[in-house]
Amino acid sequence: MQEALRFLAPDAEPVERADFIEQARLVQRDQEDSARGLPLTIRALRKSFGDHEVLRGIDLHIPAGQFVAVVGRSGCGKSTLLRLIAGLETSDAGTISFGEGARPEDVRVMFQEPRLLPWARVLSNVEVGLGRQRASADAQARAEKALGEVGLDDRRAQWPAVLSGGQKQRVALARALVSRPRVLAFDEPLGALDALTRISMQRLLERVWHDQAFTAILVTHDVSEAVALADRVLVIEDGRIAHDVNVDIPRPRRRGSAALAALEGSILRDLLKSGDDPSDQ
Amino acid sequence: MSLSESLPRVRSLRLPRADGMVQWIVPLVILVIWQAACATGLVPTRVLPAPSDVALAGWKLLLSGELVRNIWVSFWRASVGFVIGGGIGFAFGLANGLSQFSNKLTDTSLQMVRNIPHLALIPLVILWFGIDESAKLFLVALGVFFPIYLNTLHGIRTVDPQLIEMGRIYGMTDGELFRRVIFPGALPSIFVGIRFALGIMWLTLIVAETIAASSGLGYMAMQAREFMQIDVVVLSILIYALLGKLADSASRVLERLTLSWHPAFQKH
Ligand SMILES: Nc1ncnc2c1ncn2[C@@H]1O[C@H](COP(=O)(O)OP(=O)(O)OP(=O)(O)O)[C@@H](O)[C@H]1O
Ligand SMILES: [Mg+2]
Repeated sequence: MQEALRFLAPDAEPVERADFIEQARLVQRDQEDSARGLPLTIRALRKSFGDHEVLRGIDLHIPAGQFVAVVGRSGCGKSTLLRLIAGLETSDAGTISFGEGARPEDVRVMFQEPRLLPWARVLSNVEVGLGRQRASADAQARAEKALGEVGLDDRRAQWPAVLSGGQKQRVALARALVSRPRVLAFDEPLGALDALTRISMQRLLERVWHDQAFTAILVTHDVSEAVALADRVLVIEDGRIAHDVNVDIPRPRRRGSAALAALEGSILRDLLKSGDDPSDQ
Repeated sequence: MSLSESLPRVRSLRLPRADGMVQWIVPLVILVIWQAACATGLVPTRVLPAPSDVALAGWKLLLSGELVRNIWVSFWRASVGFVIGGGIGFAFGLANGLSQFSNKLTDTSLQMVRNIPHLALIPLVILWFGIDESAKLFLVALGVFFPIYLNTLHGIRTVDPQLIEMGRIYGMTDGELFRRVIFPGALPSIFVGIRFALGIMWLTLIVAETIAASSGLGYMAMQAREFMQIDVVVLSILIYALLGKLADSASRVLERLTLSWHPAFQKH
């Protein structure tokens, strides 16, 4: 239940009494979680492209509101898994279910490329995220609010072409958030950003996930990013989930802390051990 | 150091206001030299009349109303032919860009017709339509059809598939997807087609009017040739050039207005 811990100042030490209050908040947020995030259950999922079998039976349960990171070698099928979850590909076998009452706009994806419409102003790009509710009266207000959440309210009248890479990705995040999704899947959303922008974007992702309590699935190449953000890290190998690692490090996590580094090291060792064959050409 | 110093200068050269002046320097200089060459008798006026003579001829034709009538006729033919041919080309481009079936059905046939130079059809067209209006309209329409068809098709085909996927993920209907993603994405390419088509439009019209017409600028030039009025001949050529430039500028303005999102059209 680490994910339900409230954010503290980075160097604050929780004392016993605060712990007690924390427990109370935890219960409260648990109820919100079940209202916001959706659980995700995958059973015996298989997917081939031609005679190349990419996923060979994925079994996975993600509780509502959990932050899961997916790592693995290049070409191991991470993006394929994410596209299946988002409904962009059809599986050959197996099931994916989101629990009761999931609607299409409850599941959103964010890609490595921002995929903004170059001919629409920033605000209209965010409004695209409202899907079928685009025509509703409060569409603009909701888009403005989402832009505010990513700290770009002053850029709403600009063309995407004038934004920096990180800003574009924040607009894409606002577009994904505006419909208040209950599952948000990320395919290396920070892969193309420089190190500093990456870190501030990671903080932003963690913050919106914390505030909005959606279920998050993050595909990443960067194991340190995975352990810094996720409650749980999945390692995919040979089309299956080879390792399922819980990250029991309380939030807020301090970058470069020994505990994170140790966990990162052990996951990296798992990754390297598996692949001495150069399967990532 | 020297690079950073030269950069601002490069930018100031590209200022639109300066551009507006600069592009008229060369035509003006040519005009002055031309006038001087004629005035000194360096060029006999039987070969090339002085600009002042051309202007005078233009003034006379303007007073008689002949000039305006002929320009109007040519302009009308150009625009009607353009709208008909461009409209059909655009429709086929859309259909074949959006529907695999339509593309299979018509693209190969259209590509075959494209390889016939449309001006080669003039004898056939005269046999079909005589030297009627429809002959000129047909030729102009045929000429502008292909650049618009090909560029519309290409524009739609090359819209970023990732954007289309994005539109689908966010629940756009087919209509919305077309209006918000596909059409704006194809627009820059469509404009390339329009600019090409405008060039072909004038070319076709000049040829058609010179060969088979009883009015219009090309006809006016041919008539003047019969009567050895070389000033009117030169005048017609200049007016063609001017109209061509005008059409091109109009399409540029339209482009600037509709593609203001495009980095190439953003002024800072
Ligand atoms: N549409 C497709 N058609 C054919 N093969 C595909 C398709 N999509 C993916 N593949 C193949 O499936 C395998 C897994 O691809 P996927 O994109 O899921 O890998 P990935 O783990 O996301 O890699 P990376 O980390 O480099 O992004 C690759 O071998 C790829 O070539
Ligand atoms: Mg991938």
